[in-house]
Amino acid sequence: MKTLRRIIALTIKEFLAIAKDPKSRFVVIGPPLIQFFVFGYAATFDVKHVRYAVFDEDRSPASRALLARFDGSESFRFERALDHEREIPALIDNQEVRMVLRVPSNFGADLAADRAPAIQILVDGRNSNVASIALGYANTIVAEFSARWPRASAGSTVLPMAAVVDRAWYNPNFLSRWYIASALGGVICTVVVMILASLSVAREREFGTFDQLLVAPFSPTEILIGKSIPAFVFGLAIALLLSTAAVWWFDIPFEGSVSALLLILSIYILAIVGIGLFVSSLAMTMQQGLLGSFIAIMPFVILSGFTTPIQSMPDWLQYLTLLNPLRYVTAGLRQIFLEAAALPDVIHQIWPLALIASSTLTVAAWFFRHRTG
Amino acid sequence: MSVTAALDDRRHASVPIRGTDVAKRFSERGKAVVDALRGISLEVGRGEVVGLVGPDGAGKTTLIRCIAGLLRPSAGTISVLGLDAVRDTLAVRSRIGYMPQKFGLYQDLTVQENLDLYADLQGVPVAERPARYARLMKMTNLAPFTRRLAGRLSGGMKQKLGLSCALIKSPELLLLDEPTVGVDPVSRRELWQIVGELVSQDQIGVLVSTAYLDEAERCDRVLVMFDGQVVDRGSPVSFRERLVGHVDQVHCDDQRIARRIHSRACDLSLVADATIRSGRVRIVRATADAAARRTLADTFGVALEPAAPTFEDAFMHMADARRASNEDPGHHPVVGGSASHPVDAGRVVVRVRDLLKRFGDFEAVSGVSFDVCAGEVFGLLGPNGAGKSTTFRMLCGLLAVSGGEVRVAGHDLRKTSARARARLGYMAQQFSLYSQLSVQENLDFFGRAYGLTGRRLRDRVRWAFEHFGLGQRRNAPAGTLPGGYKQRLAMAAAMLHEPDLLFLDEPTSGVDPLARREFWQRINDFAEGGVTVIVTTHFMEEAEYCDRMLIMAHGRPLALGTPAEIRALARDDVHADPSIEDAFVALAEGRARPIDVTAASGDHA
Repeated sequence: MKTLRRIIALTIKEFLAIAKDPKSRFVVIGPPLIQFFVFGYAATFDVKHVRYAVFDEDRSPASRALLARFDGSESFRFERALDHEREIPALIDNQEVRMVLRVPSNFGADLAADRAPAIQILVDGRNSNVASIALGYANTIVAEFSARWPRASAGSTVLPMAAVVDRAWYNPNFLSRWYIASALGGVICTVVVMILASLSVAREREFGTFDQLLVAPFSPTEILIGKSIPAFVFGLAIALLLSTAAVWWFDIPFEGSVSALLLILSIYILAIVGIGLFVSSLAMTMQQGLLGSFIAIMPFVILSGFTTPIQSMPDWLQYLTLLNPLRYVTAGLRQIFLEAAALPDVIHQIWPLALIASSTLTVAAWFFRHRTG
Repeated sequence: MSVTAALDDRRHASVPIRGTDVAKRFSERGKAVVDALRGISLEVGRGEVVGLVGPDGAGKTTLIRCIAGLLRPSAGTISVLGLDAVRDTLAVRSRIGYMPQKFGLYQDLTVQENLDLYADLQGVPVAERPARYARLMKMTNLAPFTRRLAGRLSGGMKQKLGLSCALIKSPELLLLDEPTVGVDPVSRRELWQIVGELVSQDQIGVLVSTAYLDEAERCDRVLVMFDGQVVDRGSPVSFRERLVGHVDQVHCDDQRIARRIHSRACDLSLVADATIRSGRVRIVRATADAAARRTLADTFGVALEPAAPTFEDAFMHMADARRASNEDPGHHPVVGGSASHPVDAGRVVVRVRDLLKRFGDFEAVSGVSFDVCAGEVFGLLGPNGAGKSTTFRMLCGLLAVSGGEVRVAGHDLRKTSARARARLGYMAQQFSLYSQLSVQENLDFFGRAYGLTGRRLRDRVRWAFEHFGLGQRRNAPAGTLPGGYKQRLAMAAAMLHEPDLLFLDEPTSGVDPLARREFWQRINDFAEGGVTVIVTTHFMEEAEYCDRMLIMAHGRPLALGTPAEIRALARDDVHADPSIEDAFVALAEGRARPIDVTAASGDHA
C-alpha cells in the first residue's frame, strides 16, 4: 500500500516535470509528428516520374506508338525530344534527365520485316537503385509493346509466349509506403521513449535531486516503476496515434488483431524504457544522456529491417540484430497490419522482446544505486 | 591649463578607483527590472584595502565587475587609475588584477603552465618572468607544487594560484570578489597576508568583497552595501566604537543552557543579534540603554557582562535596524510547531568505525571513527576538500565505503531496505528540489514520498508554510525563489515527515550572514525538539552551535570533542581565549596535539 502510494507520488511528479518543461513537451509532440509525415511521404522505394528524353531517329508510326506507351506511364515523365546525338551527354551530366530513349532509324522497317529491332536506353547509373528500377519499368513497357504489335506476316499466326502472371500477396500493388508506414509507429515512439527515459534520471543527477530520491524511502524498484510509467504512457500513446494515422491518413490496411498490436507495442516500449533508463543511470548530465540515446537509436533503426532487409546483411550482423528490440517490433507490426496476424502469430516476436525488457529494466534498477559519482 | 588643474589631474591619476553615482539596471525582456546598483560613490586610494560587505544580492559583484570594465554602468562615471572604465576598458584591464569568485584556472594544466598562460595573456616580458614567478611562489608557498595539475590542488591552494595569476603583471589595483569562500582558515590567513604584503610594499589599491565579517576587520575602510546602495562607510574601528555599550556576553558552563539562552534571545525584539562564540552567548542589543540590559538579565536569570564590540556586531545591528523598518516577517522564524521527540539520551544513533574511502589510489577519507548520540547536534567541520561531504555521503548510503563500518540507527543505509530511510531527513549541499515544480508541489511530493497522506499531509504542508514563511510563495516555481527561500524550502522538505535524524550537508554554504543565523536558529529549535542533527560546514564559528564535532583536514580526522574541548587545545600564552578557528589553525600547523579520536569515540561505545 505504502509502496503504491510512493509510486503514485513519483509518477505524478514525473508527469508534472514533463508537463512543465517546454523542452520535454516539445520532445513528446514535435518530432513524432514531423517524423511521421516526413517518413510517410518521403521514405518510399517506388520510382515515379523519372525524367527522360527521346532521340527518335526513325519517326515512324511504330516508333511513335512505342513512345506513346512511355508517355502514358506514371513511372516516366517526358522532358524533351532531341535532334542530335551530341545533346545526350550534357543532359545526363546535368541531371536534367535520368534516362534517354534512342530509337534507331531502322526501327519501323525492322518491325515491318519481322526482324527483331533494337532500341537503346541510356540511364544515369549514379543512383544505382533508381537506375535499375527505371530500367526494369522500361523493359516491361518495351516487352508489352512488342507483344501487342501486329506481326507483318499476318497469315503465320505466332502464338503468344507463355505469359507469367504476377500476384503479390499482402501488398498487391507493391506500395512501399505500406511497408514503411506500418512499422512507423514503432520506430518513432522509440525516439520519444528513449529521450524521455534517458533524460529522466540524468536530469535529476545534473540538478542534484537524485540524491534526495535515493535518501528517501524509495526502493530501486519503486523508482524504476515511477520513472517508467510516464515514458511508457507517452510512448504507447504516440505509437497508437501513429498506427491509427497510418490507417486513416496513408490508407494502410489493418488486417490483424488490436490486442496483438497493444501487447507487442507495450512490451517493446518497456524494453526501450529499460535501455533509456540504463543509459540515463550511466549519464551524469542531460547532455550525456541525450548523446547516449542517439548513439543507441541509430544502429537500432539501421539494423531493424525497417528500411533494408535483414536477410541481405552479412551473417554475423544478422546474429547481432537478434539483440535489437526494434527488429522484432518492426516485423511484428508488419505481420499485424499486412498479414492479418493475431496474437499467436506474433508470439515469437514478443518473447524475445519480453526477455530484453526484463533484463534492461533489471540492469537499470541496479545501476540507480550503484552508480555514484 | 592652470597649475591647479594640472595638480588636480595628477592627483586624479594616482587614485586607483573613483566612482561617482554609479548605477546599474538589468532589464531583460520578459524579466523583472532589477536595480543592482543605485547611485554608488566610492574611492579607493593607493596603499589602501577597502572592503565591500553586505548580504547576497546587495550588488557587490556587480560593482566589482563594473569597475573591472566587464559591465557597463547604466549611469555615473568610474575612473580607474585616471582612465575611464567604460571608454578605456583595454587600457584599464592591462593595469589591474581581477580575481572573480571562480577564477578561470585550467584544471588540466599544471601550476606552472597556468602561470605561463596568464603571463602570455597579459603580455609579461619573458625576461621579467623568473623574478616575478619566484616572488609569487614564495608569497603563496606554492613553489613545491609547480608541476602539479591545478585540478589536483586543494581549495585554498587553488585560490592562491588564482591570486598569483591575477597578480602576474604587478597590477596597480587589485579587485578581489569573495576570494576566501570555502577556503580553510589557514589558507584564508595566508591570502590576507599576501594582500597585506602587496599593499605595504607596492602601494597598490585593493577592493575586496567578502562574506566573512571578521575579514572586514582587516580592511582600512569598509563599505556596507544593502540593496544596491552603500548604507554606511568608515573604518572598522569607527563601526565598533558606535556599538560600545550594546554588547554583552553570558558565561555558560553547559552547552545546552547556552543554546537555550541563545535561542530565546533571538526571538526578543530588543536583541539585534545573538551568537554563541567561544562557549559564551553574545548578545547585541538594539539600544544601548541600561534598562534593556537589566530586562535581559532578568529574563534569563543570568549575569550579563559587557563585551568588546566587533565589526560583525555592528553589521548585524545595522541589518536588524533595516529589518525592523522593512518588516520582513520571514527573517524571524516562528518557533515551535515541530512535535517534540522523546529523547533517549546516550543512545548511539550513528556509529562510524575506521571509515575509509578510496577513489583510485587517492584516499579521500581514512581513519574516521565517531559516535553520534540521540538528540545531539554533531558537526563535521573542515575546509573544502577535507572529506566532510564524502564522509557524509557514506553515512547517508549515497556512496559505497571502501573499508570500515557505518551504522545509522543500526542499519547500513546502503544495504538496508527503504523503510530504514523513512526516519531520516536529508538536505543536500546544492539546492536539490525540483525547480520547475511549485513550492507546494515540491512539498506534496516529498511528503508523499515519506508516506504522508490526506489530512496529515495537509497539516504538515501548512506547518511548513507557516514555520518557514513560504505561504505567500506556494505557487512560485521553486527555481525562481531567492536564495534564502530556496534554502528554507529545502529544509522544510527535509523536515516535513518529522525525522528523528537530520542530515544537513553545508546548509549555510553560499548563504549570507543573515540567512546563516536564521538557519542555525532553526537547527537549534529542532535539536531542542529532540531531533538528532548531523551537519557539515566550513564556517568554523558555526561549530559553536554543535554539541560535539569532528574536525577533518585532508581526509583525516584532526580532533573530536565538544566546542570547549576543541578550543582548549589551542589555549597557550598567546591565545588566552582561542576560538574554534584558532584551534583549527593550531591543529593544522601542528602546534596543538590532536585529541586521540579513537579513544574519545570509545567513551560512547
